[in-house]
Amino acid sequence: MNGRRTFLRGFVSVLLSGGAIGGILKILPAKADAREAPPKGQKWYGFGVSVDKCIGCARCMEACKNENNVPREPFFFRTWVERYITRKNGVTTVKAIGPNEEPSPEAASDKSILRSFFVPKLCNQCASPPCVQVCPVGATFQTKDGVVLVNEKTCIGCRYCIQACPYGARYLHPVTRTADKCTFCYHRISHGLLPACVEVCPTQTRIFGDLNAAASPMSRFLRMNKIHVLKPGLNTEPKVYYASLDGEVR
Amino acid sequence: MGKLFERFPDPLARLIVVVLALVVAGLVVVFGLIPKSMMDVNAQWADAVKREEARPIKYAGFHACAECHEELYATKKKGYHRDLSCETCHGPAKAHTEDSDKVKPAIPAARTFCPQCHAYDPSRPRGFPMINPVAHNPLKACASCHNPHDPKPPTTPKECSACHGEIARMKAVSHHVQLECTTCHDAPQRHKVSPRSVRPSKPQTREFCGKCHGKDATDKMAKNAPKIDLAGHGEKYVCWQCHYPHSPEVEQ
Repeated sequence: MNGRRTFLRGFVSVLLSGGAIGGILKILPAKADAREAPPKGQKWYGFGVSVDKCIGCARCMEACKNENNVPREPFFFRTWVERYITRKNGVTTVKAIGPNEEPSPEAASDKSILRSFFVPKLCNQCASPPCVQVCPVGATFQTKDGVVLVNEKTCIGCRYCIQACPYGARYLHPVTRTADKCTFCYHRISHGLLPACVEVCPTQTRIFGDLNAAASPMSRFLRMNKIHVLKPGLNTEPKVYYASLDGEVR
Repeated sequence: MGKLFERFPDPLARLIVVVLALVVAGLVVVFGLIPKSMMDVNAQWADAVKREEARPIKYAGFHACAECHEELYATKKKGYHRDLSCETCHGPAKAHTEDSDKVKPAIPAARTFCPQCHAYDPSRPRGFPMINPVAHNPLKACASCHNPHDPKPPTTPKECSACHGEIARMKAVSHHVQLECTTCHDAPQRHKVSPRSVRPSKPQTREFCGKCHGKDATDKMAKNAPKIDLAGHGEKYVCWQCHYPHSPEVEQ
């Protein structure tokens, strides 16, 4: 009886300590990997948004749908523009604008508005992306140049990544039944073109470029502006940078 | 072989055979039947990147347009629309660059098109050129007055708004719309020649605004202006620390 008890105690403690050591060994290198800087000469794409310049014309949304075959229905977007209205009573309302929407000049006489502005949004192409962590089949991944892509051949459409994205940047494509999101127009940037939304933006609200380049519109944008990212507390390390972002924007 | 099995008790020998068979079957499935591409996630990702890169491009980019439409491009380059890409208005044109006779890009002419950017909207940044599409020359096509490749007001702005357009556009939608710039600023003629060395005057005192907005203002223009008691209203500050004179904020 005594022998069995000693044996069990020893067995269980070995199991536990083994688990703990194994766990530490597994966690530490993974963390070190996540912080590693990209090698010199490797492209590392980033995106800039000057909130002050956006006029809410929705050309970007239109161009994105054209370029990437995003379904026309108004609730599938790879990029979208939100209108923020802060009223004098301190309440802020957010509403995504629709493409080809008639603007309403009547709002001009609305005296309860304290301030109002547009905020363009898209996938933040996080450096440590929660969507990649949760994918059970490894269908979503980060390329060498820092763009998060979805492999639609292996995606099983479980929507776990759509739930995991804190920015609401993903949707389930109704035709392919796979997760879909902004790719920074990977087919354009790999041929030296700008993403479609950057190409058509009439006020240069959207800036795109290589974060590793010493001189690019993108690195100038980061040098000349006061920069903020969305939800920095989540440690997702977004690569979409906002200039003149209001504190109400989440 | 037979001797080897005789050393084990009969049930154990059977068990070993079954286990061996399962292991062999497993190895065959893992190494023989499952395709390599299904096991190697790196190969899958490389494939996905290749597929992504091969997607068709629809927006050609403004360099492509400039190759044929040099004149339009040169005109646009000098005007206020210089930073616009051609495809912002004309839509995706990659197909047009490949077969310029068959595919023609859209030429948006409807009166609903330009207001997508230029209709007044309080959320738009201040100073951006905006109009009220209902009141602004109803039923007239935008292009009949403004050349979309070099948009300008149909008449050249005179006096102050030629240079101070942002202020002029702002004043135009404010309570001070009826006031001339010279009501508050004295602009010497030479300011137009050397704008930086000869500067117009700016009001310096609270009493200046008080000429219209003081409680016993006698100025004819000030009949309907909101009146305050200069002695009791924000005496520590000058007026423009709270009220931006080109778009004065007031509670009516």
